[in-house]
Amino acid sequence: MKRVTLALTLALAAGLSAQAADAQTLKTVKDRGMLSCGVSQGLPGFSSPDDKGNWTGIDVDVCRAIAGAIFNDPTKVKYVPLSAKDRFTALQSGEIDVLSRNTTWTISRDTSLGANFTGVTYYDGQGFMVKKSLKVNSALELNSASVCVQTGTTTEQNLADYFKANNMKYEVIAFATNDETVKAYEAGRCDVFTTDQSGLYANRLKLANPNDHMVLPEIISKEPLGPMVRHGDDQWFDIVKWTLFAMITAEELGVTSKNVDEKAKLENPELKRVLGSDGNFGEQLGLTKDWVVRIVKTVGNYGEVFDRNVGAGSPLAINRGLNNLWNKGGLQYAPPIR
Amino acid sequence: MSNEARKPPAQIALKVRRMLGGKAGWNGVAVQFAFAAILGWIGYEIVSNARTNLENQHIAAGFGFLRNNAGFDVNQTLISYTGSDTFLRVFVVGLLNTLVVSVVGIVFATVIGFIVALCRLSPNWLLSRVGEIYVEVLRNLPVLFQILFWYLAVLAALPNPRQSISLLGITFLSNRGLVVPSPIGQSGLEPFLAMLALGVVASLALRFHARRALFQEGRMIRIWPYVLWLLFGLPLATVLVFGLPFTFELPQLRGFNFAGGSRIIPEFVALTVALSTYTAAFIAEIVRAGILSVHKGQMEAGSSLGLSRGATLRLIVVPQAMRVIVPPLTNQYLNLTKNSSLAVAIGYPDLVSVFAGTSLSQTGQAIEIIAMTMGIYLLISLLTSAVMSVYGWRVSRSLGA
Repeated sequence: MKRVTLALTLALAAGLSAQAADAQTLKTVKDRGMLSCGVSQGLPGFSSPDDKGNWTGIDVDVCRAIAGAIFNDPTKVKYVPLSAKDRFTALQSGEIDVLSRNTTWTISRDTSLGANFTGVTYYDGQGFMVKKSLKVNSALELNSASVCVQTGTTTEQNLADYFKANNMKYEVIAFATNDETVKAYEAGRCDVFTTDQSGLYANRLKLANPNDHMVLPEIISKEPLGPMVRHGDDQWFDIVKWTLFAMITAEELGVTSKNVDEKAKLENPELKRVLGSDGNFGEQLGLTKDWVVRIVKTVGNYGEVFDRNVGAGSPLAINRGLNNLWNKGGLQYAPPIR
Repeated sequence: MSNEARKPPAQIALKVRRMLGGKAGWNGVAVQFAFAAILGWIGYEIVSNARTNLENQHIAAGFGFLRNNAGFDVNQTLISYTGSDTFLRVFVVGLLNTLVVSVVGIVFATVIGFIVALCRLSPNWLLSRVGEIYVEVLRNLPVLFQILFWYLAVLAALPNPRQSISLLGITFLSNRGLVVPSPIGQSGLEPFLAMLALGVVASLALRFHARRALFQEGRMIRIWPYVLWLLFGLPLATVLVFGLPFTFELPQLRGFNFAGGSRIIPEFVALTVALSTYTAAFIAEIVRAGILSVHKGQMEAGSSLGLSRGATLRLIVVPQAMRVIVPPLTNQYLNLTKNSSLAVAIGYPDLVSVFAGTSLSQTGQAIEIIAMTMGIYLLISLLTSAVMSVYGWRVSRSLGA
C-alpha cells in the first residue's frame, strides 16, 4: 500500500505544487532542523537499525556526514526505510532530501527519474549464493535452477541477461523486500539467492547457519552504488557530492577522526585549504569554512567508514578491492579541493 | 361532451429544471453548471500542472515506455513471454495472472461458502458447530497473515525437488510446486475436440427440448443416456478412427528442477487457498442469511410434498434465497479480486507485483503505471458487477418478483 500512497503523493505533489522543481533543499533542511534520508529496510553494513533503533552502515554514514556538515550534529537525521520499489518515488515526491540506499548508478535511472547520482560510495557487482550441499562451484552450473531475487532492482535484469547469454534456463521468484527474499531462499523455495555481492555477505549473516551457504566466484555485473538527489537544485547536488569527496580526500591526506584537530593546525598548504583555515570553499557550497573538519569528526574519512561498516572492523570483513583509493589499486578518487 | 382527459401541456423545460436543479429551480441548474465547471477546471489544472512539473524535473512522462523491452523474467506466464518482450506484454501477463487467481478463487470460495453455510444451518450439532468455528476463525484473521501462513506452511511442509513426493511416478509434489504430466496434441486432437464440442451443444439442445416438454406438455423425457453417448461415445469413436488425441509428456528430474510437464507454483496454491477460504467465510454468512430469509413455511411445504431436505433446498429454498444472496455476493467477488493484489507479499507475479511493482521501478513512471493499474482494476470490478447484476435480474425475473 505504501507504494500506492507514495504514487498518489507524487501525483498530488506534481499536480498541486506549482514550483516544486526549484525548491531550496538546503534552506528547507535547515528550517526543518532535520535531514530526511532514504535508506534500506535493513542491509547490514549499508543501512540497518540495531536493537536500540540506531541506524548504522556506509549509506547511513553518508547521511550523518551531510547532517554533520550542515548542523554539526550527526543525530539530526530522520531515516526513512524504503523498499527497492518505493525508493525513487519517495525521492521524486520530496518525502526525502537524499536517497542513500545501495542504489546502482545506471543511465536510465540518471536520465529518466528526474534525479542525479552524486558519486559512488561503493563499487559492487552482482553475485550468487547457494547452499554448499548442492555442490555447485560456478554460476555456469546453475542451469534449470530456481532463483530468488528482490523485485525492482537492476539485479532482476542482470539475471535475465546472464542466463540468456549463457543459454541456461531458470525460474525467477521475485519478492518485494529483501527479508522476504532471504526467507524464501532459506525455506528452500529456490536454489540460488542473487543480489550485489556485498549484499550476499551481509544477508548470509542473517541465515541460521551462515556456514552452510557459499557465495559463487562469478561477478556478473558492474554495480556502482551511490546517493541520489532530485533534479533542479544544483547547490544541494554539490553539497551531497562534495561530502563524499571530502571523506575520500581526507583519507588521501591521512586525516582521520582522531587526528583532525592536530592536522588542522599544521602549516601544510593543502591541509589548510581542505580543513578550512585557507579559502572559502565551504561557504561557496552554502556550508561553513570548517565543513570538512565537521564531516571527518562526525564519521571519519572514507577508509574509517569502510572498515567500521563492511571492512576488516565489521562482521562482513569485505576486502577493500575496487573500493581502495586510486593510488592503492582501487577506484576511489576525489577531484581536488582547491 | 367528451369525457376524455385533457393531455397535459409539454413539460420538457420543467422536467429539465427539476432533474438538474431539484427544488431550487433554475438557480439550482446554474449552481450545478458552475460546480461542474469548477471541477473540470481543477482537474485540468492538476493534469497540466503535473505535466509541466514532470517536464521541469526531467522525469520521463507518457506511455511510450510500454513499447520498451522489459528485460526481466516472470515465473508464471499464461501466454509466452521472455525478458525481451515489452512492458505492454508484462502488463498483459500480470493481468492474466491476476484474473486466473481471481476466477479460480471465486469458484472455490463460492463452493466452500455454500457448503459451510449448509453446515451451519444443519440440524446436526457437530456440523453446525464446525461451520460456526470455520466462519468465526477465518473471517476474523487478517487475510495477509493467512496468505503468509499458507505460503510458509506449504513451503515448510514440502520436501525439496530431489526428495519430492511422487504419485504413481508421474506427478511430483515438492516445494517447487506440483508437477503434472502435460498433454501434447497429436493428429487425433482436432476431430476429438470437434466431436466433444458437438456433443456439448447437442446435449444442451436436448436439455432445452426436455424442459419445454416438461413445462408445456407435462412429459418427462429421460435424457441422461443420450447425453452420456453424446459426451463420451462420440469423442471415443474419433479416437478409434483417428488415433489418440494427445499423449502426455512426463516430468523428469533434471538438474535442480523438473523438466517437462506442467507446474503449478506454490505461490499460486497458497494465494488461491488463502483467498478462497477467507472469502468463503463471508460468503457462508451471506448464503445463510439468504436461506434464513426464505420463510420456513416453504421448507415445510416442500416436505409435505414428500421432497427430501436436499431437494427442497435445491428446488425451492435456494432459488428464492438467491435474490437476497446475489448483491452482497458480488461484493465478496470484488473483494477477492482486489485482495489478490496481496500476492506481492509471497512473490506471486500478479498485476501489482510485475507491473505496478517491477515495471514501475524499472521505468520510474509512477503516475502512468499506477493510473493504468487502477483503471484495469476498476474495469474488472465493473465487469464483475455487471455480470452479477444481469444474473441477479434473471433470478428475480424467474421468480416473478
